[in-house]
Amino acid sequence: MDSKDYKNVFVFAEQREGKIQPVAFELLGKARDLADASGEKVVAMLLGCGISGQAHRLVEMGADEVIVADCPELENYLTEEYTQVVYKMIVDNRPNIVLYGATTIGRDLAPRLAARLKTGLTADCTKLEIAEKEDGSKEFRMTRPAFGGNLMATIICPNNRPQMSTVRPGVMRKLTPEPGRKGEIRTFVPEFDRAKIKVKLLETERKGCGCKDISEAKVLVSGGRGVHDKAGFDKLQCLADVLGGQVSSSRAMVDSGIMPQACQVGQTGKTVRPDLYVACGISGAIQHLAGMEESGYIVAINKDKFAPIFSVADLGIVGDLHKIVPLLAERLKKEMAE
Amino acid sequence: MKIIVCIKQVPDTTEIKIDPVKGTLIREGVPSIMNPDDKGGLELALRMKEQYGAEVTVITMGPPQADLILREAFAMGADRAILLTDRKFAGADTLATSYALAGAIRTMEYDLIIAGRQAIDGDTAQVGPEMAEHLGLPQVSYVTDARKEGDKLIVRKESEESVQTLEVEGPCVLTVLASAFPARYMSVAGIMEAYGREVELWSADRIDVDEGRLGLKGSPTKVFQSFPKALKAPGEQFEGSAEEAVELIVRKLKEKHII
Repeated sequence: MDSKDYKNVFVFAEQREGKIQPVAFELLGKARDLADASGEKVVAMLLGCGISGQAHRLVEMGADEVIVADCPELENYLTEEYTQVVYKMIVDNRPNIVLYGATTIGRDLAPRLAARLKTGLTADCTKLEIAEKEDGSKEFRMTRPAFGGNLMATIICPNNRPQMSTVRPGVMRKLTPEPGRKGEIRTFVPEFDRAKIKVKLLETERKGCGCKDISEAKVLVSGGRGVHDKAGFDKLQCLADVLGGQVSSSRAMVDSGIMPQACQVGQTGKTVRPDLYVACGISGAIQHLAGMEESGYIVAINKDKFAPIFSVADLGIVGDLHKIVPLLAERLKKEMAE
Repeated sequence: MKIIVCIKQVPDTTEIKIDPVKGTLIREGVPSIMNPDDKGGLELALRMKEQYGAEVTVITMGPPQADLILREAFAMGADRAILLTDRKFAGADTLATSYALAGAIRTMEYDLIIAGRQAIDGDTAQVGPEMAEHLGLPQVSYVTDARKEGDKLIVRKESEESVQTLEVEGPCVLTVLASAFPARYMSVAGIMEAYGREVELWSADRIDVDEGRLGLKGSPTKVFQSFPKALKAPGEQFEGSAEEAVELIVRKLKEKHII
């Protein structure tokens, strides 16, 4: 294999129920950086049913080209069908880099493809860059947390192509849409090897949590063990309402069944980067910090002045959240009214 | 029914600390445990054994000390245990690891292969699906339930916003979530017995692989460098009355133009 034959940065543009997922746009933002650093193109791969009409949105968000596969077999994500189509797109086009969202879809698809392509894959990257080596050549470096977030590791894939990584939603920044931006949209007509398809989707039930995606929120008021119970979270909700934000949670409160899993911040939950993160009664295990430490401004309220959450807080308040949070909500309500 | 469960010995990452001076991991005194999602996988296999009758084989790749989690699996109810151990496996990334496991499994009989979704030391969730691909088997990841229906398997899979029910034909690989299968304790009789049982030691020669694709040599990804996470400098800390605290928060939020 000659790595010079492999060019361009490809993005798997994930859709669910016909809606392109925010992580696809975030990946395009990063792909744009990487492609510009090495003079390559950004190409999005869009698979679905009745999805073609949305391809231009990927162009507006940074893609130079979109390859669209639009057919009934691709309506819902299924491992083998999607693997066959993306595999063919990769083999035909020889990308240098391929990025996937680290979602339940991307983390199922990307390793399957890595094994089929016999190439490397780095999971849950938080930083991707094109670095210049001493000999002047360029190298793709992928940095990710390891050991539960205790250590960071930078990974390279020197001899195999494409170089592939998954990135968690909420980590990369999307570009501002550029309406009317020019790009090429190509249609790909898939052919399936049906003998290999052994899994059938019988039913999909939506989880009835009804909450909005916390990784999209500008303000998060987040609660941990110190919030105690549902009544405690009601206080947090009042504060979130005043600030126009949402409530999220640490793992402890999800495990104890008080908050839904969709609201969990951290290594096994979601990565969030709101402008304001108010951590209430959260001690700050490293797995939690990994999911929120990039927030714009962090306020922590905790009774224990040695709680690790204070190590990442811009403003740490040692005190009782059950007194402070309601008072703060009242005070802000007045402030906003003025 | 023959079920193979892939398990891994991992350091308990909730116990890991960073040496603040050297910036390296302090591994001393950190307990080694059976990876939680893998233990969930073993629990699913043992439930199926009770329900349908099955032979449950556990397999791990690792150093000789990984023997310990295989004994634990015996004490929980596993029937057979295999330890893949060879210097040729050392330094493997997920692709080379999954290739070695697939090479071992290819020499065995099975109806179902179960693995944990991901290991807590790497959190990649890659080995299960990569192994399924090497074996040419279908996979279902993020599994929270599985039952037999005739010669098919009905599997529930969890995603961010939904739960899917899938029907799988023939042998397959399932990767499961620990939270869905709270694991049983080892039985006292099982613990006593576990130390007398045979753990089969398999080297690279014993399995069906091309040796060039094992270990460090067979790993496309390399660690360029590792470093402790740079924690940002802590901000201001305040201790006082609730009223004062509220005033301070409001003032700061205004300064930062958040409100």
